[in-house]
Amino acid sequence: MIDWSFLIEVLQKLLAGLPLTLQLTGFSLLIGFILAVIVAAAAASRIRVFRWVANCHVELFRGTPLLVQIFLIYYGLGQIPELRQSFLWPFLREPYWCAVLALALNTSAYTAEIIRGAVQAVPAGEIEAARACGMSGFLLRRRIIWPIALRQGLPVYGSEIILMIKGTSLASIITLNEVTGIAYKLISSTYRIFEVFIVTGALYLLVTALTGLAISLIERRLNVHHAYRRT
Amino acid sequence: MTMGITELLGFGPQGWGMPLLSAAGITLVAATGGFLVGSLLGLCGAALKLSRTPALRWIGNFYTTFFRGIPEILIVYLFYFGGSVVLTKIMNLGGLPGFFSLPALLIGVLAIGVVSGAYQTEAYRTAFMRLDRGQLEAGSACGMSRFLLLRRIIAPQTLRFALPALGNIWQSVLKETALLSVIGLTELLRQAGTAAGSTREPLLFYGVAAVMFLVIGRITGFFIARTEKHLAKAWSR
Repeated sequence: MIDWSFLIEVLQKLLAGLPLTLQLTGFSLLIGFILAVIVAAAAASRIRVFRWVANCHVELFRGTPLLVQIFLIYYGLGQIPELRQSFLWPFLREPYWCAVLALALNTSAYTAEIIRGAVQAVPAGEIEAARACGMSGFLLRRRIIWPIALRQGLPVYGSEIILMIKGTSLASIITLNEVTGIAYKLISSTYRIFEVFIVTGALYLLVTALTGLAISLIERRLNVHHAYRRT
Repeated sequence: MTMGITELLGFGPQGWGMPLLSAAGITLVAATGGFLVGSLLGLCGAALKLSRTPALRWIGNFYTTFFRGIPEILIVYLFYFGGSVVLTKIMNLGGLPGFFSLPALLIGVLAIGVVSGAYQTEAYRTAFMRLDRGQLEAGSACGMSRFLLLRRIIAPQTLRFALPALGNIWQSVLKETALLSVIGLTELLRQAGTAAGSTREPLLFYGVAAVMFLVIGRITGFFIARTEKHLAKAWSR
């Protein structure tokens, strides 16, 4: 009953789009994380304007659909004449970089919140103890705050990574041929919806499951000193 | 040719105010419908996952893993193309030749419902796990039937524990409705796209759509927070 040769053919075609999916995810996570660190720092700053800008950024990108953000960047930015003349235009003309920019800005807002939450969750006692030992400034951050915050934030960041993998599928709407784009073309050309869907779904599940596994392995490594808690 | 922003967004014959507002209404209807379908599925999913039968638990786990692990847009495509294939088959078998398709709003509500159901399953399940077992025992010791236990003890507390998570799910459901623009539903984003195309003002109209999503999210979020506070009253001492 099952047409295996068709399923394998679909899988082969989809695999051709997997590098683009992973590339979009990787690039936007990297840029998004750097932005998020800046935004989180601004949100914790003493200067009110910085805090305000950071909060607006978070509110704007978490409160609107990713697809709206993609359209705003892809269709909207070209309307600004100054931008069209600038050195950025060769990049922003390409759907690829528009997708990366939208995804990066989107994840930066969520990641900034994750960083903020993780740093806030560092127990005050640990910081007091470190201060009592004479640590302050960068040393306190490097030795105490950041390692503890990393452990607190990693599980949440793991689900953000998975959300980003799923988010790259929207790049297909602005003509990029990543996995979902290829799946859409296969569906509309063969009209064998259920077979294509099952293979595409399985491929995404595999990628997200492997990501989840990798995150939990890192988590376990970071929490080695708590290992006795497990039976 | 040169129209001011007030004219473009106004309610006059050339303005896009009215179409955008009614599109926002469609967005709200799709989100509400999707969320309600998701609640139904979420309750069933939670019941499956909490069941004593391993096979039922497996189905529940499969449901949540599958629909949370693949992109929402694929599920929208599945319902869009799959729905019309199935419907056409049924109609042709029934003796009606030709091609049939479901209305975009229905497809959207179902697709969003199935996805949000997977997330709501987790919300209800974790809320149920937080119930104090002693209260259930006390209830049955007082002679309450299973239905009465559900109505008096389980349902109100589960709802209260689940509400913060449900609020987050509502916000993402609201944003997911934007995906329905790709299957031709004239919701906020699609209407903004139409306006952007005919006026050549994409920045303005997609910006307006973004602001409208923000506003809807804020207003509904306010009411959810108020309900949360209201329900928490019974537990504050």
